[in-house]
Amino acid sequence: MPEIKKIATRESYGKALVELAGQDDRIVVLDADLAAATKTSLFKKAYPERFIDCGIAEGNMIGVAAGLACAGKIPFASSFAMFAAGRAFEQVRNSVGYPHLNVKIGATHAGISVGEDGATHQCNEDIALMRTIPGMTIINPADDVEARAAVKAACEHSGPVYMRFGRLALPVINDTPGYTFELGKGVTLKDGKDLTIIATGLCVSYALEAARGLAQDGVNARVINIHTIKPLDAELVIRAAKETGKIVTVEEHSVIGGLGGAVCECLSEHCPCRILRIGVNDVFGESGPAVKLLEKYGLDGNGIYHKIKTFL
Amino acid sequence: MDKLHLQKIANEVRKGIILSTHSAKAGHPGGSLSAAEVFTYLYFEEMNVDPREEKAPDRDRFVLSKGHTAPGLYATLAQKGFLPTETLHTLRQIGSILQGHPDMKHIPGIDMSSGSLGQGVSAAVGMALAAKMDGRSYRTYTLLGDGEIQEGQVWEAAMLAGHHKLDNLVIIVDNNGLQIDGAVRDVCSPYPIDKKWEAFNFHAINVADGNDFDQLKAAFDEARATKGMPTAIIMKTVKGKGISFMENQVAWHGTAPNDEQYEQAMAELEKAGEALCQK
Repeated sequence: MPEIKKIATRESYGKALVELAGQDDRIVVLDADLAAATKTSLFKKAYPERFIDCGIAEGNMIGVAAGLACAGKIPFASSFAMFAAGRAFEQVRNSVGYPHLNVKIGATHAGISVGEDGATHQCNEDIALMRTIPGMTIINPADDVEARAAVKAACEHSGPVYMRFGRLALPVINDTPGYTFELGKGVTLKDGKDLTIIATGLCVSYALEAARGLAQDGVNARVINIHTIKPLDAELVIRAAKETGKIVTVEEHSVIGGLGGAVCECLSEHCPCRILRIGVNDVFGESGPAVKLLEKYGLDGNGIYHKIKTFL
Repeated sequence: MDKLHLQKIANEVRKGIILSTHSAKAGHPGGSLSAAEVFTYLYFEEMNVDPREEKAPDRDRFVLSKGHTAPGLYATLAQKGFLPTETLHTLRQIGSILQGHPDMKHIPGIDMSSGSLGQGVSAAVGMALAAKMDGRSYRTYTLLGDGEIQEGQVWEAAMLAGHHKLDNLVIIVDNNGLQIDGAVRDVCSPYPIDKKWEAFNFHAINVADGNDFDQLKAAFDEARATKGMPTAIIMKTVKGKGISFMENQVAWHGTAPNDEQYEQAMAELEKAGEALCQK
């Protein structure tokens, strides 16, 4: 069996910025002293005159991005999710969201897969925070292919976009000839009739793994990849609930307010059914190797599989 | 434009502040009145702006970082022709374009939504950076309160502006000395204000009387002539300026005049206007 290619989506972010910048000179990139980690260093090297290092001051970075957008630029403001969505929440809300400015936020190092840095840097709350801002688009890509497509889609979209990227290298699952990315449209990766697993980001490949395990037990699970969490593809989610009856959401984020929250809000109004939310269970993370943490918190293929078995 | 003409406009701006906050039964007259001269000077003398081309790419930009003094800005925009004066009666009413704090999506002539203190100045830095990147000649101005500079974000923005030597950026601090909880020096002293901006690599200009057009002109001319660094103009003003019972009274930070107070304030401004006409 050939070795599966693995790439961290932060790497895809940096590369996509360089690619897009050649086609659109309105693109500028901001960072807050984390260019080496967020991979905007790739852009900085290629386009130094279009790169602004704001220093360790994320609130100001978001405001400066807003000012650049007012002047016609397409700014990509980059930092760790903890600081971009967490520390700078109110700047994103008031200086970007309220005036609906064309600012793109590239938030890397999301979730517990940050690993060794531990709980202070493991942001499991960003999707919940960003979802509450009217007009904010939220994208959480599952692999390199999707992450690059997401950056392009964000650039073409008029208005604020929050993009969530990870530190951990992920298997590439979307390198298929017919792959297309449509903002706001979920992707059915595997059909099934017994239940639907709705996953996002890093958890998508693990969800597929869990579905393979379930298949061996005779359970036919549908698997949907929701890369755009807001606006949610409600039609696809409702159809899955109607057709398969049971829903499982999987995300590397708090079970409060993220994908699981969004799906529950949608289905409780349109198609009430049994739902299991798999995610970080309202606890802080801890230090450790990323893969070990994902195992410990039950977010890997095996963990997802066992939780679903209990649920069924 | 001569000084007398500017004084007459500033007096009309004051009437707009009193009228709009009275109609709204809410709003912030104190810090709007202290800035009436600088609003007037910016829009009628200093900045290249034209209501007939409100989105002109090379227009000068203004961000009201102390967004709660929107009544002063709205009254100035009305004088300049961006808004019909009658709109001022709708301040803070449901359905009005005149939100409690500046809203760039709906109000003509507003370059940036603002109001959460400390945030406007960052946006102004972004606008000035964009001008430098594009080789455009427009200048960016932002007005801050002296209480507002207690916000840490102001100094994050200042550090970046100084680092990039943004000589197309002018930060104005309205040093009226009062904030909601009392005198700024008693609440959490920002002094010395000029030394702080200098420490962040700004050219600092102190204006002894920010309600005097000659002194404002000297300061803005000096700012324009300053190259290689941004300028901070720290102007000493009187909060509530022009209305006898509001001057230097902290209670008028965020209180609207009632009917009786409105009558008295407007009578004082009518009288001031008549005096200017006899000059």
